[in-house]
Amino acid sequence: MPDLTINGQTHSVAAPVGQTLAETLRDDLGLTGTKIACAEGHCGACTVLLDGVPVYSCITLVHMVGDREVTTIEALREHPLVEAFVRTDALQCGFCTPGQIVSASALVEANPSPSSEEIRHAMAGNLCRCGTYPKIEEAISSWQG
Amino acid sequence: MARLIRTEKEVEGRYEDVWLVVEEDALEQWPAGPREIVGREAPRKTGPLRARGEARYTADIRLPGMLHAAVLRSPHAHARVQKISFEKALAAAGVRAAVGPGDVDALTDEPGYQGQAVAAIAADTFRQAVAALELVEVEWDVREPLLDPEEAVRRGQLVGETSHYERGDVERALAEADVVVEAEYRTQTVLHSSMETHQSICEWRDDTLDVYISTQFIWGIRDEVARKLGVAPDKVRVVCEFMGGGFGSKNGAGDHTYIAAELAKRTGRPVRCALTRREENLAAGNRNATIQRLTAAARSDGTLVALTGDFVNATGWDGWAASTDGPMRMLYDCENIRTTLSPAKLNTPPMKAFRAPGFVEGTFGLECLLDELAAKLDIDPLELRRLNYANSTDDRPYSSKNLMECYKRAEPHWQRRNDVRARSEGPWKRGVGLASQVWYGGGGPPSYAWVRVGSDGRATVITAMQDIGTGTATAMAQIAAEELGLPLDRVDIVLGDSARGPYASISAGSSTTPSMGPAVRAAAADAARQIVEIAAQRHDKEERVLSLAGGKVVSSDGGSWAIEEVVDLLDDAQILGKGARGPNPTGMQVLTFGVQVAEVAVDVETGEIRVERVAAIHDVGRVINPLGASSQVEGGIIQGIGHTLSEDRLLDPASGLTLNQTLDAYKLPTIADVPEIVTELLDIPDEHLTNLGSKGLGEPPIVPTAAAIANAIRDATGADVRSLPITREEMLRALDEARKKEKRGAPAAV
Repeated sequence: MPDLTINGQTHSVAAPVGQTLAETLRDDLGLTGTKIACAEGHCGACTVLLDGVPVYSCITLVHMVGDREVTTIEALREHPLVEAFVRTDALQCGFCTPGQIVSASALVEANPSPSSEEIRHAMAGNLCRCGTYPKIEEAISSWQG
Repeated sequence: MARLIRTEKEVEGRYEDVWLVVEEDALEQWPAGPREIVGREAPRKTGPLRARGEARYTADIRLPGMLHAAVLRSPHAHARVQKISFEKALAAAGVRAAVGPGDVDALTDEPGYQGQAVAAIAADTFRQAVAALELVEVEWDVREPLLDPEEAVRRGQLVGETSHYERGDVERALAEADVVVEAEYRTQTVLHSSMETHQSICEWRDDTLDVYISTQFIWGIRDEVARKLGVAPDKVRVVCEFMGGGFGSKNGAGDHTYIAAELAKRTGRPVRCALTRREENLAAGNRNATIQRLTAAARSDGTLVALTGDFVNATGWDGWAASTDGPMRMLYDCENIRTTLSPAKLNTPPMKAFRAPGFVEGTFGLECLLDELAAKLDIDPLELRRLNYANSTDDRPYSSKNLMECYKRAEPHWQRRNDVRARSEGPWKRGVGLASQVWYGGGGPPSYAWVRVGSDGRATVITAMQDIGTGTATAMAQIAAEELGLPLDRVDIVLGDSARGPYASISAGSSTTPSMGPAVRAAAADAARQIVEIAAQRHDKEERVLSLAGGKVVSSDGGSWAIEEVVDLLDDAQILGKGARGPNPTGMQVLTFGVQVAEVAVDVETGEIRVERVAAIHDVGRVINPLGASSQVEGGIIQGIGHTLSEDRLLDPASGLTLNQTLDAYKLPTIADVPEIVTELLDIPDEHLTNLGSKGLGEPPIVPTAAAIANAIRDATGADVRSLPITREEMLRALDEARKKEKRGAPAAV
């Protein structure tokens, strides 16, 4: 029964061996802002931060998280990136958007003024089928307003 | 007054006659150009909910006591179930019910493609359901699959029948032509790849069925499910508040919904049935592959005299014949045209509508052929298109057509080509190509909306439509706000629930805005009229001197009252306006048009292709929200780039099994693949179409992209690329072929 630190709070989670962090977040803790679109680490919709580093929570086993701090979109709702994504229309259906914003938050934390190339490199692991990419780039370029 | 009419209804190029009750559609169109709110950029109203992870998609719904279904899908492309036993599966941990062939129409014992549903298990958790599937014992009789579309046509194995179209005298025109070009084009099978997979949760409450479903057509699901289950439509409630992408694949209820409904009935509990990504890549539909044998004939001055096309659609086990021949019949002024279209029935997953079905594929063939003709005639490709501009392609006039203006606006982008070519260096060759677009997008009735105005001075648009990510909810709020003279932040929209609003149209065929928008405007106008009537009586004014603007009822002879002050007279009672979509103009073709200009760089040593810039100029009538509209254009082009360069559902040619069921193997575009995209929308209202003059924009932007890129590649390299996707391998093959042709003395390109 691992204890997890999620968005600054401690949760005791009863999870069978093999359960993923994404399943724990969504099914046990009701944190459904983290989406699952492929469940095998190919699309990035489930991205969360572990100690500030973006990971695919759908292929992260919950028993392997240990004492690393988990940050989900629920803790980033007031992040200026949210406003930037909305302002620039960097979302359409929105299913991949929380994962995009989580990835972007790690990028701007490390590099507040990323170049176009840096944005494209950092965000290439988050698929968006609606094709919001140009506006995602615009949102990240202008996240500080 | 309600009026009963019979009218023609079009969705994605398929027409039907329907009876409708419409209200009088008496509103004059607004003058062209941006208004206070309509025609101006508005961030989408649901943006914060979606971005913050608060939007509740079907995937996020958890009902008390909910069971999870897992579906046993055929592991063979063609097989028969000899025997099936659930004995061991039913004894497994957590399992609550099992259904097999015969229990639900959606389950078969004679699967015709890999992935067709055969049986399903409901269990307490999805993992338990999946584990139990392993215990279902099946004896298969595996049969030979038919996978070659041309062989299917030879055998007469079709979904429907071969359609024939002819106008003029093609043989004579071909004989008299100065120049004839013939070519065979091929397009591949492409997967919708919606981020939210197809899924439903069904719950029976007494004799009412609640269906939570990721869908593009709430009201259609209500109707379809009621019909198939033999219950009254009003006993089916369909909910889809947020939807994670569909692109045409979520127009129907799908097997998963019927499986969930039956398992829910048997267990007395809500049942969720959600496709995994691998199931999605097998069984959620696709854009079918095509083979196109085309001919274009012209006089030496460039006048097109004949077009012919024999089209084979690799439709799959089921589906319909998307109009791959449509662009050939509709884009140019050409008197002599002959087409055949054969939808091949194969042991492959069924096609479903995918963003301008048929026209994306057919435009690739036709618009590449036009460039091959232009090269042979030594005429500028843009000029050739102008020379053959159609003012009508049948006896019906266009409700509006501004393609010539699109061509004019394309000129500065087209004129860049000398500079672009000059930037070729080393193995990197650069070039520019263009392609035209024709598609539907007029929408139609029936569609209804209500607008409620309360004493808080806020308005709510209520309609059982869905916003599938295209931003239509925001566009509807803008229309209502404009008509009511309210700021946009005082207008909300309630949608996504068949029990909470009137009938709304499907979100397919680029139809949501042109179908729903006029109904919303009519409803807002009805509410506005009531507010004016109340104000007139309260303040002893004539109605004709009153109007709504800036959140106020304004009198032209002085005086104004805040809307909330007027409506507050009613206390908690509210104004309710009702609106209906009127019919489309009788006897007219309602179409969208456009042109795209693509710039590419090709490494002729490695075959790598980079799309560097796409300019998109489209004529879709009045634009409600330029911000959301530009997003639609970008999204269409990016999907078009995937279609052109990287996406390909691969089948094992012997077994018919899908080789790339995962998102690492099926190559979607990423942010790193995106070029500079320039969007220009003409924003000219269609004066004949509804009280808005707006057409749809969801599909037009993906239509010309593949041909524009392929034509740019030909411009850059001289190689004929006639088969999608243009992978490095295909590019190198085409370059090699061009070199061989050049050696034989025929110039490969101008």
